[in-house]
Formats: sequence, C-alpha cells, structure tokens
Amino acid sequence: MKALAVNIRDLDFNYSGQPTPFFSNFNLKIAEGERFGLFGPNGAGKTTLMNLMTGLLSFNNGSIKLLGNEIKNHKKSINTLFGFVPQDFSFYPELSPQENLEFFGAWAGLNKNEIKIKTLELLEILDLTKVKNKPVQKFSGGMKRKVNLAIGVIHNPKILFLDEPTVGVDVQTRHAIINYLKALNQNGTTLIYTSHQLSEAEGLCEKIALMDEGKIIAHDDLNILLDKHKQDGLEGLFLNLTGKKIRDLNV
Amino acid sequence: MFKLWATILKDIRILTRDKVGIALMFGMPILLVIIVTSIQNSTFQLLNKNKITLLLCNRDTGKISQEFIQAVDSIGMFKLVQISKDLNEKCITDQMHTNDALLAIVIPTDFSVQTDAKAKIITSKALNSFGLEADKIDSSAGNVGPLTLYYKPVLQESFRRSIQGAIYSALQLIQSKQVLRSLYISINEKTLPQSLEDELINNKISINEVPVSKDNSKTIPNATQHNVPAWTIFAMFFVVISLGASIVREKLSGSFVRLKTLPTSYFVSLLSKQITYLLVTMLQAAIIFAIGIYLFPKIGLPALNLPSDILGLICVSLVCGWCAVSYAMCIGVFAHTQEQANGFGAISIVILAAIGGLMVPGFAMPESFRTIMKLSPLHWALQAYYGLFLEGGKLKDVLVNIIPLLSITVFLQAITILGLKAKKLI
Repeated sequence: MKALAVNIRDLDFNYSGQPTPFFSNFNLKIAEGERFGLFGPNGAGKTTLMNLMTGLLSFNNGSIKLLGNEIKNHKKSINTLFGFVPQDFSFYPELSPQENLEFFGAWAGLNKNEIKIKTLELLEILDLTKVKNKPVQKFSGGMKRKVNLAIGVIHNPKILFLDEPTVGVDVQTRHAIINYLKALNQNGTTLIYTSHQLSEAEGLCEKIALMDEGKIIAHDDLNILLDKHKQDGLEGLFLNLTGKKIRDLNV
Repeated sequence: MFKLWATILKDIRILTRDKVGIALMFGMPILLVIIVTSIQNSTFQLLNKNKITLLLCNRDTGKISQEFIQAVDSIGMFKLVQISKDLNEKCITDQMHTNDALLAIVIPTDFSVQTDAKAKIITSKALNSFGLEADKIDSSAGNVGPLTLYYKPVLQESFRRSIQGAIYSALQLIQSKQVLRSLYISINEKTLPQSLEDELINNKISINEVPVSKDNSKTIPNATQHNVPAWTIFAMFFVVISLGASIVREKLSGSFVRLKTLPTSYFVSLLSKQITYLLVTMLQAAIIFAIGIYLFPKIGLPALNLPSDILGLICVSLVCGWCAVSYAMCIGVFAHTQEQANGFGAISIVILAAIGGLMVPGFAMPESFRTIMKLSPLHWALQAYYGLFLEGGKLKDVLVNIIPLLSITVFLQAITILGLKAKKLI
C-alpha cells in the first residue's frame, strides 16, 4: 500500500460568523504519487479545502497530515514539502520571470546556486527564456499562468496543489502546462488539482473526488466511477451526481 | 540572511520601477523645499532689502507732518509715494491698486497744529511739576486727530503689526522732539539748537543682535537653515504614500497568499521593507541637504550650513527615517485599500506636520497645541534637527529629542505587530 501524501481525519471547520460548520467530520486520503482531481460546483468547498491543506486557513478540530506531518504542529517547516499554484496570479507583476523565481526560490529555502539552476531549467521547460527579463505585467494570460506555475514548483515540492492552473489560457499553453504536470508526476510529485475544465481533468487525473456542500459525494478511480454511474465522461458524471441546479445563487 | 538579501533586492527592484512613487518621494519634497525656502527668503528680503510702497496723503500743511514723513522715510522699510491731499477714501484705495501699494497713510488736517498744542500742554504740565511758572494753556486742545492706515488684506497680521510699530516709533519721535523744543523755548526763551536736538533725540542706542548657539558659532539663521531640515522630515514621512500602498498592494495581491505558503516568516518581508525604505529616507535627506548646500546659492538662496556634529546629523536622520518607515508600515498594515493608505497617510502627515511645528513655529501656537505637539513625531524630529542646525548642538544635546522619537517608533512597531497578528498575517 502506498504512503499517504494527504490524510485528513475528522476535520471540523467553520468560517467565523457562520453558524453552521463548513466541514464536519470530513475525511480524505490521497496517496503519494497520485494525480488527484478535486471537483465540485461553485461553493462546494474545493478552494476552502485547498486553503486548509496549505495552511492558509486554520481549522477547529481534526487533523491534516502531509506526508505524515501534522500541519498544526509544524507550521512553517512543513511548507517545504508542498508547492501551491493559486488560481489568482501570485507573483510580483513589476518583476521579470527570472526575478520572481529568484525571490520565491529564496523564500522557498533554496540557496543561490540551486535557484540559478532551477530558474534556467524552468524558464527553458516552460518556454519563457526569451522573455525572462521582461516584466510579467506585460505578458499574455497564458504566459502569466506559466510563471505562476513555475514559482509553485521551483523548490521541487513533493506535493503540488493546483487551483485552476489553466484558467483563461489557449489550447497550446494548456497542453504545455498539462504535459509539464504529468512529467512532474512521473518524477514522484503528487498532484492535487482542482478545475472546472473537466475535459482537461479527464486527461490529467487518475483518481478524483466529487464534492458538494462541504461533503465528498464520490471518491475513487475515475474509470471505476464512470463505469459505476454509467457515464462516458467526467462532465456527465459531475451533472449526474451534483445535479443541474446553479449553485452561485446559494453562495 | 540570503532570504533577507533576496527580499531587499526584490523591494528595491519594485521601488525603482515605480516612477510615480519615486516622483512623490523625491521630486515633490525637493520642489517643496525650493519653493517654500524661496518664498520665505523673499519675505525676509521684503522686510530687509526690498521696500514696501506706502502711499502718503498729507492733508496737513504744517512743518511737523513733514518731519513725520521724514521720520517714516528714515525707517528704511518704505518707498514713500505722495498722493494728492484732496483724495477721498475711495480714491485712496483706487490709488493703492494702481500703484500696487500694500499700505496708505492719511495725515489729518491740522496734524502739526494739534501736535504742537499737545506738546505745549505736556510742557506746561512738566514745568508746573518742576515748580516753574508756565504759560496758561487750554488743556482741552491736547487731542491730536488719528492717522489713518489703509492696508491690503493680503498683508499678514504679524507683518502689519511690525509696520504699525515702526510708524508708532516715528510718531513718538516727532512728538518727543516737539515736547523737547517746547520745553527748551519755555525755559531758555530761544529755539533748541539743532546740534543739541540731534544729540538728545537722534543719538539712539544701537542693538547688537547675537544668535545664541551651543557651539558659539555666530551663524545667522536664515530661511534655508529653517526650511531644509523641516521639509526633509516632511519628505521622509511622505514615504507613507509609497510604503503604505506597497504593503496594502502586497496584502491584496496573490503574491501574499504565496508568501504565506512558503517556509519563511513574513517578518523577513517587513524587515526588508524597513531596511529598503530607511535607505530611501537617508537618500532623501542626502539629496535635500546637497540641494541646500550646492543648488541654493546658485539660485540666489542662502546656502545650507551643515551642523558641526555630522555623526549627530546621521543619527538624527536615521532615527527620524526609522520612525517615518514605522509610521508608514503601521498605516499599510491597518489600511484595507490603497486609497485608504494613500488618503489617510498623506492627510495625517500634513496634520502631524502642522501640529508638530513644521508649518507654524511651536512658540507661536496656543498653549493647548503645545501639549498635542508633543504627540507628533515630526515635532521631535524637527527639534532634534534644529538643535543641530540652528543651535550648534551635538548629539548629546539632542538626545532629549531623540529618545521621545525612538519611543514613538517602538510604539508604532508594536502596534504594527499587533495589527499583523490580529489580522492573522503573521
């Protein structure tokens, strides 16, 4: 049996001022080396769960372990284990990709030499070498997404959290990003991915969890779930399990 | 250490690419110090070198009014322009506008006669009190009609009062002369010799002006010595616009989310910002002082004389800069938007500058403000700079100002940390 990259047990969480808990007795296990997709309608709790797993939100009760380390106990040292690629662009737009990577590399705990090697490698892989010295604010949406991804992986994290990493990019850039993520996974990085691009997710994720209203309503291998619910694709499975009601109105 | 260095490098890169921020932090204060010093210097020259046009409407035909006019002329402050004695009030004010005169004075009809009559009454009273026989005088004739002084409202009250004082002294002089002449005639039955009159009246005791300084230097304070330190402090505190907004921008941006997920404390970022912006404040001070020393003489302003205690100057500048940076950080941490940080930051600095004595000297403030003044860090910074620049003090002499400034800085730092904790930013 594979070791667990993420182990969430009996998690209770509620936003301050909210009378009912957002998560109650929530459990989830993600094995090391998996390409795991977390899906659900708007307001289902995907981003909240990502924020809890990355320590951006603190929870009331329960436990979240990353590679066996309880995040409540380790705080900052645990942050070397994972990388985070948020949905919003998380870099300094005034700086170039190289300058951003140098800064975030230092904050991720790399030394000068490691930063230099890794920066050149990432710029090359993500096809950013030609624009490495130009301020990111002048880039297209797709190029910004690549910079956002590069910063999240500069320190070779063992777990990579990806919140809508390809939103708003063209097909070519999406391909490049997905291929790079698969390559990272082949080198041992666990991917925990959330997106509304379900066709893209089908190509990337081996295992998925469907969430709705703070609960996991399905969790298994994608193919097993498709067979079980007699669906051809993830979109059909998604609608079958979560219904057609638009959720934004309830948020 | 490498993390801190990388963060400082990042902050410097972002700062140098913010052209508007640089213009606000360097261009505006430089412009301000040049403009305010030029204005204050020209006011000083107006009082001391340039003459103020004073229209004279002499309705009197006697000799004493002529002597009064001579006395006013000899003050040296005024360029006298005689206008027709028949002009009414409306015409006089029109003439003031035509001649670009700030002042006009009207000497009433019978001014000489009335002044002479008053002198005779005083003489009579004096002789009686000495036990000598005096001519009988009608004491009801002793009132001299008032002079009328017209002034333009643009003339500041302090300036108007100093003009009034000068005119009163001229009036006093001719009245004294007249009393003396009358007294002399009554006793000696002949006119007072000119030589004796000069000896009695015009032989004034001179006043030696000695600026008091701790290093016994005789440097005379001027608009530059007053303004350059004051506006340097203002410039340092104006980093609130750039630093406060930078913290808010970082808080609101995605980069802050990323920073929180990395294995480095946000304190490193705060320390980096403090070091970077402290360097900025030191650079501001160096540039403004250099402008005072090298540029001011070239544009006709008095040159800035640096204090003899350069170490003291560096220490005061460092503490002042650190306090300014701490204030900006505090604003940045508590503000929710860049607009809040910029608006509150800028307005609060102007208020702190006003109550701190940068705009109106502390001694001229009402008593209640003198207590409030002590709450302004700009006040302590200004006092420390004045101690060095104007009083020739050393570092030990201005410690009394540095300690409160440091205390305010520590207080601001504590508030900032509490704010960060309350907002779960650290």
